Amino acid sequence: MANDDSKDLLPLDGHTTVRDPGTAVERSDALLNPGMPPHRLRVTDTDPRAARRAERVVVLLFYISLIGSIFAMTSYFAFPIKPNDLGSVRLNNVFIGLGLAFALLAIGIAAVHWAKVLMADQEGIDIRHPVHGDVQTQARAVEIFRTADRESGFNRRVLIRNGMIAAIAALPFPAIFLFRDLAPAAGTPAEAYSHTMWKAGTRLTKDPTGDPILASDVTIGSVFHVIPDGLLTAPDMLEEKGKAAVLLMRLEPGVLHVSPARKDWNYDGIVAYSKICTHVGCPVALYEQQTHHLLCPCHQSQFDITREAAVIFGPAVRPLPQLPITVDSEGYLVARSDFHEPVGPSFWERRGDYSA
Amino acid sequence: MTTAPDTYNYDPTAPADRRQSGGVTGWASRYVDERTGISYVVKEFGRKIFPDHWSFMLGEVALYSFVIILLTGTFLTFFFQASMAQVTYDGSYGPLKGLDMSAAMQSALHISFEIRGGLLIRQVHHWAALLFVASIGLHMLRIFFTGAFRKPRELNWTIGFVLFILAMAEGFTGYSLPDDLLSGNGLRIIAGMVQGIPFVGSWIEWLVFGGQFPGTAIVGRLYTLHILLLPAAVLAFIALHLVFVVTHKHTQYAGPGRTNDNVIGYPILPVYAAKAGGFFFIVFGVVMLMGAFFTINPIWTYGPYDPSPVSAGTQPDWYIGFADGALRLMPGWLGGPGGIPMEFTILNTTYSLNILIPVLVLGLFIVVVMAYPFIEAWITGDKREHHIADRPRNMPGRTAVGAAGVTFYAVLWAAASSDLIATHFMLSIESVITILQFSLFLAPVLAYFVTKRICLALQKKDRQIVLHGYESGRIVRLPGGEYIEVHEPVDEYERWKLVSFNEYEPLMIRPNAAGRIPVTERARAVVSRWFFEDRIEPVSSTELEVAHHH
Amino acid sequence: MATMNSDDTKRRKRGRRSPLASVALVLTGLLITGGAYALMTAASPANADVNMASAQSISQGKKLFAANCATCHGLNLAGTSSGPSLIGVGAAAVDFQVGTGRMPLAQDAPQAEVKPPVFDETQTLQMAAYVASISPGPGIPASSNLTLTGDATKGAELFRINCAMCHNVAGAGGALTEGKYAPNLMKTTPAHIYEAMLTGPQNMPVFNDANITPQEKQDIITALKVQNQAAGVGGFDLGSLGPVAEGLFLWIFGLGAIVAFTVWLTAKAN
Repeated sequence: MANDDSKDLLPLDGHTTVRDPGTAVERSDALLNPGMPPHRLRVTDTDPRAARRAERVVVLLFYISLIGSIFAMTSYFAFPIKPNDLGSVRLNNVFIGLGLAFALLAIGIAAVHWAKVLMADQEGIDIRHPVHGDVQTQARAVEIFRTADRESGFNRRVLIRNGMIAAIAALPFPAIFLFRDLAPAAGTPAEAYSHTMWKAGTRLTKDPTGDPILASDVTIGSVFHVIPDGLLTAPDMLEEKGKAAVLLMRLEPGVLHVSPARKDWNYDGIVAYSKICTHVGCPVALYEQQTHHLLCPCHQSQFDITREAAVIFGPAVRPLPQLPITVDSEGYLVARSDFHEPVGPSFWERRGDYSA
Repeated sequence: MTTAPDTYNYDPTAPADRRQSGGVTGWASRYVDERTGISYVVKEFGRKIFPDHWSFMLGEVALYSFVIILLTGTFLTFFFQASMAQVTYDGSYGPLKGLDMSAAMQSALHISFEIRGGLLIRQVHHWAALLFVASIGLHMLRIFFTGAFRKPRELNWTIGFVLFILAMAEGFTGYSLPDDLLSGNGLRIIAGMVQGIPFVGSWIEWLVFGGQFPGTAIVGRLYTLHILLLPAAVLAFIALHLVFVVTHKHTQYAGPGRTNDNVIGYPILPVYAAKAGGFFFIVFGVVMLMGAFFTINPIWTYGPYDPSPVSAGTQPDWYIGFADGALRLMPGWLGGPGGIPMEFTILNTTYSLNILIPVLVLGLFIVVVMAYPFIEAWITGDKREHHIADRPRNMPGRTAVGAAGVTFYAVLWAAASSDLIATHFMLSIESVITILQFSLFLAPVLAYFVTKRICLALQKKDRQIVLHGYESGRIVRLPGGEYIEVHEPVDEYERWKLVSFNEYEPLMIRPNAAGRIPVTERARAVVSRWFFEDRIEPVSSTELEVAHHH
Repeated sequence: MATMNSDDTKRRKRGRRSPLASVALVLTGLLITGGAYALMTAASPANADVNMASAQSISQGKKLFAANCATCHGLNLAGTSSGPSLIGVGAAAVDFQVGTGRMPLAQDAPQAEVKPPVFDETQTLQMAAYVASISPGPGIPASSNLTLTGDATKGAELFRINCAMCHNVAGAGGALTEGKYAPNLMKTTPAHIYEAMLTGPQNMPVFNDANITPQEKQDIITALKVQNQAAGVGGFDLGSLGPVAEGLFLWIFGLGAIVAFTVWLTAKAN
């Protein structure tokens, strides 16, 4: 391996080593370092009045900081937060912040100014030593390891050593098992992703009020954000909503291309599609009523509602799942069944035969 | 230790003795030293030299923003409730009154609107977090472009890199805590991405979220990571990072008197302590000003998380942007809809390439960045220690590779705001994305060549200046009627800055002892030629003499 | 005069000497901004006095329509190849499109832009009266529906669910496909917001009264206005554009200021 340092080590004496420069070019006629330039004095080094002025500035800055702190404390009481009054929150925020900012900045500027203009301006030199230990130290370190090996028999008593390695290697696995109960013991993710609250006859209701929707209320160009009836009182409301949210649209007659298998999934030009993006799960809800395109605001996938939500742009691959709908005896929109495939992003266990 | 014995037998009650040995300061330091042995540390480090350059302060900005984050974060934990239990909001903010939300969101609103100074601390915390990651990024760019990662600092680059990743993790976990609509959709995206990982994805998501998304566990779990595990890891790595900085001593730029074997600068006590200490207050002050005057993350506008709504312009904080951008740029169908699908099913299992490819590309990018010091060391084969920081122009190959990397990152980053670019520059979102998709491949190549040419041109300019002096702008007419511009020679100190740099030549491959040329050496020769073929040599003393005789 | 002048200079000098001068300056600036915010949100809809049913209004409107709109929308509102039919769009659509300056269309663009209106309020309402007289459609909302006294909580929730994905939660607007965009709502009048929901201009879907009831529409408008007022609680809102604006601000101004400090800090003093 070209990175193995040891073979490139060329010891000169106990401390200094010359190392392989690789493909670096080392010239004999390179220019030489001219050494430190002459020291330039500051105004405050030569002019006592300037030094006194600088001193006054530093002192003043520290006092400004003091005033800033007092201002912040005063503001705490002078601009209290009054209940239901956001204006008071704004003032409280601004004035405490302003006081603290002045207190902090003034200390900082004062300290730096002090260091720059008044503290001794004498550059110092530290000598660097190679990072590695000298040859004797390195040899001693190697010797210590050898001694330890000899005294313990680490490389001699191979059975003991391998037994120890095996024991330690097995130890993390129980810890991995302990994490199993991070999630409920019952059920699998694939099962959970595969079903939603929608059942045959579940009414489509408005999000967030839960009012049922009459088919006649869905006029052309309308879009309704829909949740299943009963969701608002469901025990896992957010989890169910995350799968069951649906977008309901009515398109002009004739623009919908309906495949034979789905011919009774729409009701009179009213279609319902899952709102959960098939890419990574953002709610896809930007419906353009003239182009009939749905746009996801997170990663800009676009779906064409006239062609059963086929992807026309962006990182998504699969169309949005369609919810088959019809109306009940009272004219309210209801689901014909659950979705025929898992909604939302893809996952490993997702099968390929849902649409069949 | 060889300390004078009389110092150790010091009796504080003896006034004469006290005068002799330094008064109260002397007494106090001896008191501490006799119990800690700290005098050794002060002796070793008290007058340690630190070189002065603005770019050497960037790491300190990161350190200080982390201190600010710890201070303000502690205040926030006193009031924040990391619980997703549903409660009804009854605070000051009108448009949320009476709404059901998680206790986390409610307490974040309580901090903002009912705790005096609470909103300020929250905003300072969030601004400092953005600054933390940004300053780490800028610090890394400085290290990269000046070659300060070379031996013996390769391991410290790796440690710093881990800190960058940890900082992003800290940021993301913190961003998700208030359980507002914006961060909830961020979590939704992460969950969707994790789900797409083959074999284990759905189970990892299932375990992390404690069942179905969003569940009631995630905020509490992220909180534990955010305030316990991650900060502890950050602190440990910062400590390690700083130990190495002390061990290696700081790099310095080439300059008169500065060599690879010394450090020239100001001592820690008093100058650097005052400057660096003061700088902490300056950084804190700037962040405080931002907290006082600029809203950040107005969770009250976003509202509580609900899986149904989403806001236009849903973006992560800036440092996660490159990952979001990668997701946006990856087409679902190569060659447009009807082309090659980037997700398919084989034997009833789904392969989501539209998620895997961005994840793998980002992973590869990250690994290359982390491994770069080792890659460059392999190319040059240089085993020497380097303590003089390069001027970026003097390593055109590295600088060009860096510029290409920065451009790649920048395109991904821009892609995360493709929708805002579209609305603010009156473009269509489709064209913005298409342009960025092409730019992701072409712009880094362009940046590489342009940067390399610029570096070489600047090096040529340096040679001109060293050999023929500065153009003074003074035009003189010679007796013969010829007009010339007077060139002012550079002094030897200025000249040294321009001529003292490392140069490498392309590797000449030679057969090894067995008479063969290993494949690795061939590869190394190719990369080496690519890096060092175009090079400008520093002016030598011979050349300088020749030039002076003209 | 002379004494006053010297008084003035003295006061000014004192002001300049005070270390709090800059504090005072910043505070004044803040108070002015705060005041401006308060003023901005006080705007309310004002309807010109036009009798929408009178024959006179309708005939005036017809003349205006024939001269300015009929080229594209057809004399009988049936539409032409260059403009859609206006049958059934109602007075609300006319008031929205003409009142926000979107119509008449200035140029061929992905969507109609907001411009200073070409017609005054009376003319707009006369045209609306004419269009409504040909075929009925959604009417201009009564001012009792625009009182900004709705339930802000309900309104904000409805806004998040029905509107925020296009218009952004703060109403800052957002991108749509092919160069179209959902406009910023922060300066849109309550009447125009109401009419937009009712009529679904251009690519915006229609939110009829069965979907979002008149009361809910009023809640939404109220919530928008209350949210706008509260946007500045934490300071300047950077356009309410979210993390992108925050990140850019941090990099350019935050880190920029700090880098400027580092340059000063490490430069050798004169």
